[in-house]
Amino acid sequence: MTGPALEAERLTVGYGGRPVLGGVSFAVDPGRTVCVLGPNGGGKTTLFRALVGELEPLEGSVRVTARPAYVAQTERTRLDFPVSALDVALMGALAHGRWWLPPRRADRAAARAALDRVGLAEAAGTPFGELSGGQRQRALLARALVQDSPVLLLDEPMAGVDPASAQQIDAIFAELRGEGRTLLVSSHDVEGARGFDLVLCLNGRQVAFGPPHQALDRAAIEATYGRELIMLDETGAARAVRMSHHEHHEHHEP
Amino acid sequence: MSGIELRATLEVVLAGGFCGALGFWVLGERLAYAGESLSHGLLPGLVLAALAGVPLLLGAAGGALAAAALIALAARDPRVGPDAGTAVAVTGLVGLGTLLALAPESPQRLAELLFGDPLGVSDGDLIAAAVLLAAGGAVLAALRRPLTVTAFDPAGASALGLKPGVVRLTLLALMAAAIAVTVQGLGALLVLAALVAPPVAVRGHVRGPGAAMAAGAAVAAAAGVAGIQLSAQAGTAAGASVALVLCAAAALGAALRR
Repeated sequence: MTGPALEAERLTVGYGGRPVLGGVSFAVDPGRTVCVLGPNGGGKTTLFRALVGELEPLEGSVRVTARPAYVAQTERTRLDFPVSALDVALMGALAHGRWWLPPRRADRAAARAALDRVGLAEAAGTPFGELSGGQRQRALLARALVQDSPVLLLDEPMAGVDPASAQQIDAIFAELRGEGRTLLVSSHDVEGARGFDLVLCLNGRQVAFGPPHQALDRAAIEATYGRELIMLDETGAARAVRMSHHEHHEHHEP
Repeated sequence: MSGIELRATLEVVLAGGFCGALGFWVLGERLAYAGESLSHGLLPGLVLAALAGVPLLLGAAGGALAAAALIALAARDPRVGPDAGTAVAVTGLVGLGTLLALAPESPQRLAELLFGDPLGVSDGDLIAAAVLLAAGGAVLAALRRPLTVTAFDPAGASALGLKPGVVRLTLLALMAAAIAVTVQGLGALLVLAALVAPPVAVRGHVRGPGAAMAAGAAVAAAAGVAGIQLSAQAGTAAGASVALVLCAAAALGAALRR
């Protein structure tokens, strides 16, 4: 593959002609992992929606080499809709076309394998709405695995997730990285972002982009989170602690 | 069962069966109010067709298109708001239809246009209902997976390469077609029962969209048969009897939900 896997150029996006996020320019080479940081309402979800083509740019452009697999925040799914974890995983096969036909045997096998990989083999028949927050996130991750895209976009996959699920999700990220896939993961975990190849900080605009040691300096973190953070300087490295106590229950962008 | 009853039963089973399956998606996309608005707002089209002596199906289809356009226009005005705009447009259309139907020179057919007349279905109506069930059913079967993803997770649907806007537009078109055909039997005021009552009756009792569609169709068909029988035995209005049995099934299904 030549050229970047993901690219935004002077991107401005918003809703109803009103910009929510502007001045975004970055390029991500294949196989790199990117952590997208920003406060709620800072434009993380909006960026993802532009990258999957759900929102048209108001200005500038986005480019993705392949149709990305997208794991939206579970809040955006309908919990009362009668689908099982296996049904959700099977949805990933729709990316390969043939939407008018029932799933093939190979699709079903891939969906079961993906559920097994995320630790949900036992819960295949459980209605999505009856799964725990972490299990729902893993079911959506299984759908992304079935889609089998070289580029994965994950919107706050650790929000509202129990520690066991978080560990499983982390392990799968490591595997996907090992397979040479490009990962864009939004998060509120500034410390966790240091484990990624690249960090993109958003707060209505692009605040910083680059390797963690460059992008996560004090000025960038303050510009990204403002007073939500306490800074603790330790041997030159900027450390950050979020003050917000309700990380998993905040309002999300439209 | 007399010939007339048989034809009435066939009509409500064919058209109602399709409505019962489609209704799952109508509720899934929260389109019940839109359906009610469309079914009531097409009344002037029905009346004009009756006055001109052309098939009611044509009047219903034209009335539905005109109502959809007017509702879209009225609902878009930000000074009024979508709810109030829709309500005013629909009430205006029902008023216009009533005015036309009660004009001195027009035949007195308002009651059957409002409340339906399954006992008076023509061969054309039966053919239309059969075509609706076959063609509409085929479209629903083909769209089952895209409809599921679009209703469950619209953001995910776009990412999977589907077009949620096109899927929803197709659903609206199917709903308009179902209303235009079924309105012959159940009338402008009662037709919504066939779309909304069956999915309410089966909700919580089935797993998965396929089962919900099949169960909804079965409930609608059974209610159609029972309603026509009730009407024949008790001497009640046929369309209203079918609508009441449908609503009773919805109430029973909701009450039995765990």
